[in-house]
Amino acid sequence: MNTVITTPKNRPDPRDVSKDDSMLKQKEMMARHFDRITSAPERGEKVCATFVPGNLNELIMCFDFANNLPEVNAIQNGLRKKSGQFVMEAEKLGHSEDVCTYVKSDIGMMAKGNIAPNGEKFPDPDVLLLSYTGCFTFLKWFELLREQYQCETILLHTPYEGDGKITDNMRQYMVKQLKEEVIPKLERVSGVKFDIDRLRENLRRSAKAEDDLVYVLQTAKKRPSPIDAYFGGIYYIGPIFGAYRGTDEAIDYYATLRQEIDARMAAGLGPVTPEGAMGEEKYRLVTEGPPNYTSFRDFWKMFYDEGAVVVASSYTKVGGVYDFGFRHDPDRPLETLAEYCLGVYTNRSLPQRVDMLVDYINEYEADGLLINSIKSCNSFSAGQLLMMREVEKRTGKPAAFIESDLVDPRYFSAANIKNRLESYFQMVDQKKAGGALKGAAA
Amino acid sequence: MKTFIGIDLGSTTTKAVLMDDNAEILGRGITNSRSNYDTACRVAQQEATVDARLTLCRREMRSDVSDEAGKLDELLTRLELGFRLEQFLEQLNDLEQTCRTQIRGERFEGKEKAVTEVLTSVFEKLRAEAPAMYAPGGQRKSDFFRDIAGSRYLTVAEETAKEAGVPFELLLNVYDKSIIEVENRPPSEDMTGKFLRALNLVVKDAAEFGVDTATVEKAVKTALDIELEEKFLVGTGYGRVTLPFSKEHIRSEILCHGLGAHMMYPNTRTVLDIGGQDTKGIQVDPSGIVENFQMNDRCAAGCGRYLGYIADEMNMGLHELGPLAMKSTRTVRINSTCTVFAGAELRDRLALGEKREDILAGLHRAIVLRAMSIISRSGGIADEFTFTGGVAKNEAAVRELKKLVVENYGDVTINIDPESIYTGALGAATFARRAVN
Repeated sequence: MNTVITTPKNRPDPRDVSKDDSMLKQKEMMARHFDRITSAPERGEKVCATFVPGNLNELIMCFDFANNLPEVNAIQNGLRKKSGQFVMEAEKLGHSEDVCTYVKSDIGMMAKGNIAPNGEKFPDPDVLLLSYTGCFTFLKWFELLREQYQCETILLHTPYEGDGKITDNMRQYMVKQLKEEVIPKLERVSGVKFDIDRLRENLRRSAKAEDDLVYVLQTAKKRPSPIDAYFGGIYYIGPIFGAYRGTDEAIDYYATLRQEIDARMAAGLGPVTPEGAMGEEKYRLVTEGPPNYTSFRDFWKMFYDEGAVVVASSYTKVGGVYDFGFRHDPDRPLETLAEYCLGVYTNRSLPQRVDMLVDYINEYEADGLLINSIKSCNSFSAGQLLMMREVEKRTGKPAAFIESDLVDPRYFSAANIKNRLESYFQMVDQKKAGGALKGAAA
Repeated sequence: MKTFIGIDLGSTTTKAVLMDDNAEILGRGITNSRSNYDTACRVAQQEATVDARLTLCRREMRSDVSDEAGKLDELLTRLELGFRLEQFLEQLNDLEQTCRTQIRGERFEGKEKAVTEVLTSVFEKLRAEAPAMYAPGGQRKSDFFRDIAGSRYLTVAEETAKEAGVPFELLLNVYDKSIIEVENRPPSEDMTGKFLRALNLVVKDAAEFGVDTATVEKAVKTALDIELEEKFLVGTGYGRVTLPFSKEHIRSEILCHGLGAHMMYPNTRTVLDIGGQDTKGIQVDPSGIVENFQMNDRCAAGCGRYLGYIADEMNMGLHELGPLAMKSTRTVRINSTCTVFAGAELRDRLALGEKREDILAGLHRAIVLRAMSIISRSGGIADEFTFTGGVAKNEAAVRELKKLVVENYGDVTINIDPESIYTGALGAATFARRAVN
């Protein structure tokens, strides 16, 4: 071969890249989260287990529970490369290959001693609080946990937003459940009397943090975007969708984050990646679906190496959608909790999801849509191809579809995914060039 | 002459296309990908250059040589066969020399001379039978050195070793240690020398073709003297990541297949490519720009490699599967296209008394059904539809595909180019040309 070939420049070692204050703070908050749960019995604190989408952290805090979120544990085990063995352990116990891998990671972790990321044992929960928000698997998951722990189980049923709107009936139905089922049971298990003013305070703090989070996520409308709203976004949503919403720590975290992002924006910098600041922003994408956690860094690298930044993602809305103005409202404490649950992304109909993605592409001036469809998530993956076609039709922007899994490393085929991503990026290039030519011709 | 090169580094074979400044294909080359993409890349590129020289010879002769007898093409075929024979003998000599160096160590102690003698005799026989393989109408198991030399070496060495009372496993041992080394050795660059030796063979028969020897010689030498200036190279296919290509020299195979299909058939709107380890459904716009695509995910069920396993299980050549399936009178229903279960599925059906051809017809249908699912997920089939990749050469797969296209999408023009295996490389060469122009 005579072709002169230049090899790509080496990037810095990720270990040499300095971390922002918000990153350090977030890491420390996660560590404290696990320490609080594992040390709860020593302090005489009770433990509540609940799911991320539509979680009622402000309410849970009113009863002094430590809040344990099984999906967060599964994600941590995925990031720490432990979920593979847990998934296989669950399969040994009889759970099939197609079952949600968050569930299997959790079941496998319990079978292997229920050890938290801090190396301490997770205490058994005293109550399982399920805000049912569109994922049917959650019901079955908690049935399995109830069998294991023989503890009180509370179901808050959230009606599906099939018609694309929240009616007063829906709201009142949920408020009634909160008053008659959820709160009395939480009082009974915790032994703490419910104080609505305490709830109002928690909600007020939530709204403040939520304002800053939305501000940060919407900075991606700038060019270059100072954030990656998917890979970076996952770190950003940690406190708000977990056990910190409604706390001063969350307010502090989002204020710090906002300052940092403002500084990046002022300096015209792109997002922070594990290998330092991202280079030139070549592609602006909207994503649908969760990332793969077992190869999170490798997956992310496939984007930033190509200059692709995610400017908006639906996944960072699974715990709650704030884009369209919703904030927790201390003046309507129970109604606001109901509306929060009703509005989470997993509880939205396919047309609503399509509308959101179309809006994102238009508002964030994205080049296209990328769907990462999750193999073991039937409830969320169903209909994604149809959504993709509709978004393509309505925006005229190219879309692509890749497949992987949440925390099962066996379902991440790096070569295959890289191949599809590169093809997609090149397709976007061609589209842009074609569009430019057509524009010039016109 | 400015040339542009596209190389498609597939999982099974590596293909190269050499294009001139007018977007005309000068030459195509193919080799097995082996475990060494670097060598595969060189070999495929050299093969494409050989083919390009033949194209140039054809162009020269067409303008200079009178072809009253209409036998110019046959003469060119002879020239190519002569070149291939030279090439084969060169590699055979290399294999012999390499095998000799392997006659050492404890297991050969006291038997060195006997093994050397057998080896000499084996290679003499192989050299002697080579011209027949490269004679017009001669039969070769494959076009790849490893396949041809390997199968003949094993047969001849077994017979010769037996006659000489030397254990065959010693001959097998030296071959196994040598073949990969020989195969991965960069090809000899003396292309002109080989062409000239081939030309000597051809000119002897020039009279038979009713052409003037001196004119033929002049035309060939002129063609060989044309400088092929490599302006740009684009690599595609799975192996591209293993080569130190910078980004501007790499295109995804999806884009290359889309553009390649457009170059072959400009009205193409949907492309199906069934390759060794992936199946791709691609939608392209009127300029060959990819609009959408789907491909198989982590599982390669139903891809070309599946047929490879089936061929191995049936102890048949890959190219023999299609013709046998065409003899089927009833199609056995097969649901699984899992490559891992291919053998089990096959044995199960055979045990039930099903005929081989009927099972094969069922297997081909199963593959195409899976491909249809991928196409439909990419957006369905629009007119015209172009089928590419190694499996497009399989007549039984094509038959099933045509049936299913009509059933699901009605009357659609289906394009299958005999050179469809080069679609990705053609797209890559076109990208290379566009990068400069």
